[in-house]
Amino acid sequence: MLNERIEDHLPTRLIETETGALRAGGAAHLETKPMLSRTADHLFWMARYMERAENTARLLDVNYQTSLLPQSSEATLQGWEGLLGISELTREYLSQYDEVNARDVMTFMVTDANNPSSILSCLRAARENARAVRGALTTEVWETTNQTWLEFNRLVKSGALAKDPAELFEWVKFRSHLSRGVTLGTMLQDEAFHFQRIGTFLERADNTARLLDVKFHARNTEFFGSGAGNEGKEVDFYHWSAVLRSVSAFEVYRKVYRDVIRPEKVAELLILRAEMPRSLVHCMDEVVKNLRAVANDHSHETLRRAGRLRADLQFSRIDEIVATGLHAYLTQFLDRVGDLGYGISRDFLMPD
Amino acid sequence: MRFFDEMHVSSAHAEKQVRDHYRTYERWLGRQPGELMASRREEAEMIFRRVGITFAVYGDKDEDGSGTERLIPFDLIPRIIPSHEWKEMEKGLKQRVTALNMFLQDVYHDQEILKAGVIPAEPVLNNAQFRKEMMGLNVPGGIYSIIAGIDIVRACNPDGSGTYYVLEDNLRVPSGVSYMLENRKMTMRLFPELFAEHRIAPVAHYPDLLLDTLRALAPASVNEPTSVVLTPGMHNSAYFEHAFLAQQMGIELVEGKDLFVRDDFVYMRTTRGPQRVDVIYRRVDDDFMDPEVFRKDSTLGVAGLLRAYRAGNVTLANAFGTGIADDKSIYPYVPKMIEFYLGEKPILQNVPTHICREPDALKYTLDHLGELVVKEVHGAGGYGMLVGPASTKAQIEDFRKALLANPSNYIAQPTLSLSTCPTFVESGIAPRHIDLRPFVLSGKTVQMVPGGLTRVALKEGSLVVNSSQGGGTKDTWVLES
Repeated sequence: MLNERIEDHLPTRLIETETGALRAGGAAHLETKPMLSRTADHLFWMARYMERAENTARLLDVNYQTSLLPQSSEATLQGWEGLLGISELTREYLSQYDEVNARDVMTFMVTDANNPSSILSCLRAARENARAVRGALTTEVWETTNQTWLEFNRLVKSGALAKDPAELFEWVKFRSHLSRGVTLGTMLQDEAFHFQRIGTFLERADNTARLLDVKFHARNTEFFGSGAGNEGKEVDFYHWSAVLRSVSAFEVYRKVYRDVIRPEKVAELLILRAEMPRSLVHCMDEVVKNLRAVANDHSHETLRRAGRLRADLQFSRIDEIVATGLHAYLTQFLDRVGDLGYGISRDFLMPD
Repeated sequence: MRFFDEMHVSSAHAEKQVRDHYRTYERWLGRQPGELMASRREEAEMIFRRVGITFAVYGDKDEDGSGTERLIPFDLIPRIIPSHEWKEMEKGLKQRVTALNMFLQDVYHDQEILKAGVIPAEPVLNNAQFRKEMMGLNVPGGIYSIIAGIDIVRACNPDGSGTYYVLEDNLRVPSGVSYMLENRKMTMRLFPELFAEHRIAPVAHYPDLLLDTLRALAPASVNEPTSVVLTPGMHNSAYFEHAFLAQQMGIELVEGKDLFVRDDFVYMRTTRGPQRVDVIYRRVDDDFMDPEVFRKDSTLGVAGLLRAYRAGNVTLANAFGTGIADDKSIYPYVPKMIEFYLGEKPILQNVPTHICREPDALKYTLDHLGELVVKEVHGAGGYGMLVGPASTKAQIEDFRKALLANPSNYIAQPTLSLSTCPTFVESGIAPRHIDLRPFVLSGKTVQMVPGGLTRVALKEGSLVVNSSQGGGTKDTWVLES
């Protein structure tokens, strides 16, 4: 049987799955070629690292902006500590730096080559993964990724972080937009594309969940009360609007709710609103859609779990989530996302 | 020593005169302000960096984080070859590569050429490059070196004219073709107006010819062959080229670990399970290709590949064992191969070579050590070599002893005066030595794109064009008549 060409025995995925819907208008008999597992792995991680760089920049930006507001030094410190905590980097940080302060945390998170999660490390990893499979990318995608890396180094060298952190964060976000745009605009929408999208949205789901967790944790009052801590409503407003801005959702919030900023609505927007491109449910929509498009004989269970996770989000209500505890909810979500990443690796990227 | 200048006719008395085929270019260059050319050079460098056209330097680390990747310097002044010269060269290349492939077919089957005494058996059969595993193995089309790179230099004759010589055949895994393609793209981008003023033969279809050639040699039973490029990985110095060619041909770039052999068929690991591979354009040396037969410690190859190859289930480009035909000890016999297999006179000349295993040649070599270049037959990269005119008496005498101790380990050649081409250097424009590597594709027919890769030795007086030793490249134009 192996002497016959194996692709003849491949299931006709176009009919079995929902892929047909994805390739609407295309002739169903035109099969796409399978791709190298190693290539898929590099593409998946390339997209993840680029997304992670963007989210780190967003997170740093919101912390930096918040720290410019009049607030207790304790609160400022808490912000930077929270940022390290969310990325699970507190211990690494403290092994290198004496104390937590804005300058050192930003250095650690932006330009420290020893920190595998720094923006520098993420951009390098994205670029190295791209370089490993540059043949599978369009010239534009490769050059964008490569140029981002080269230019970032130039910026860092010229002292951009010290000069104007906000501008550097903005630049990172912009390059990530460009990277996503050039992917959407030039890549053939075959498996290579789908694995990149899976990487992007899995990473984003993870990052949004972490952001929510730490920011709700920071307003340590059980937020469903009045929302009033020691500093009162005003600080609350700045706190939540900063959170919204960090995911480009401030204007979106106003548009959707036409209401003052309330924590539970912020949570609803970033967890349950499918139209919101950085919400958990939106990310899971994309993960499921792209996973279906690449489904193979081993991936049934991973696909089922992804679908289950999405369904849980689709049919949840924010008051229920809050009743069981937001922190517990998000922790469980992160576990399930981690588990999905694991399954994807096993099913597609690192087959025996 | 006199050199042949590709752009100018030089004579002792008269003004330097521009050769016909450079006339338009020279006039154009004269009109360009110096700053413009300088800014174009910077632009070229910036683009090469962004595109990532780099080669890896082993054991080197840059402070700016660009790691071990370096650019190969690109010179803006093209090397121009007139139409009639290229036509002749092309004929010569086809003839030479055809004969070399016939030699490989013969030497791994009936060995007629050895039996006929045209080439002595000893340097062939006792050569480390002779792969006994290939004996009796039939390769598709009888083509062993599907992709060949032939190094050509032009030397100056006493009357001032120039003659092309083949310096070396590269029949294993020749590289550099991506630079040929990217250099052309760069010139078109920087100086589009030049292409309106000249009729320059295009080269951009090389990947098409390559894919066509690979598919033509797929195992006969396969209708829609799957071809791949096999790379040692992203840390290899030629990785850019491997990725580039795979991308341009639209085929997978694989590493050894992506492939496996089952029941004598080769498969790659894909996201939808194993998929059969029919043609492998491999950029990995023989020694590392199959740990079952060659180096056991290799992780770059595929265990069982030779079995699949022997069973006729996969085509390798190039075949194993092509090194026997481009070994320095075999090179002197190529003109004889052409006569033996094709019954033709060689169109392209070999550099006159003294084979020191032959008593007369040894005597001549010993008498003229001060003028000759003497090379170890299996040496490469300038090791075990004597350059007579550049050596001290003591070095020559040391080498004499080594030569006498094992004459058959050496060949000797006259010191060649590589031609020069005007090149941008620190001080302005100055002549620098160049060579040429055309790429010859053998499938159903023998094909090539006009020209090849011109390498230039950027150091004054240097004859070393290798990129690892300060060499650069130039765009190569073949003018259409």
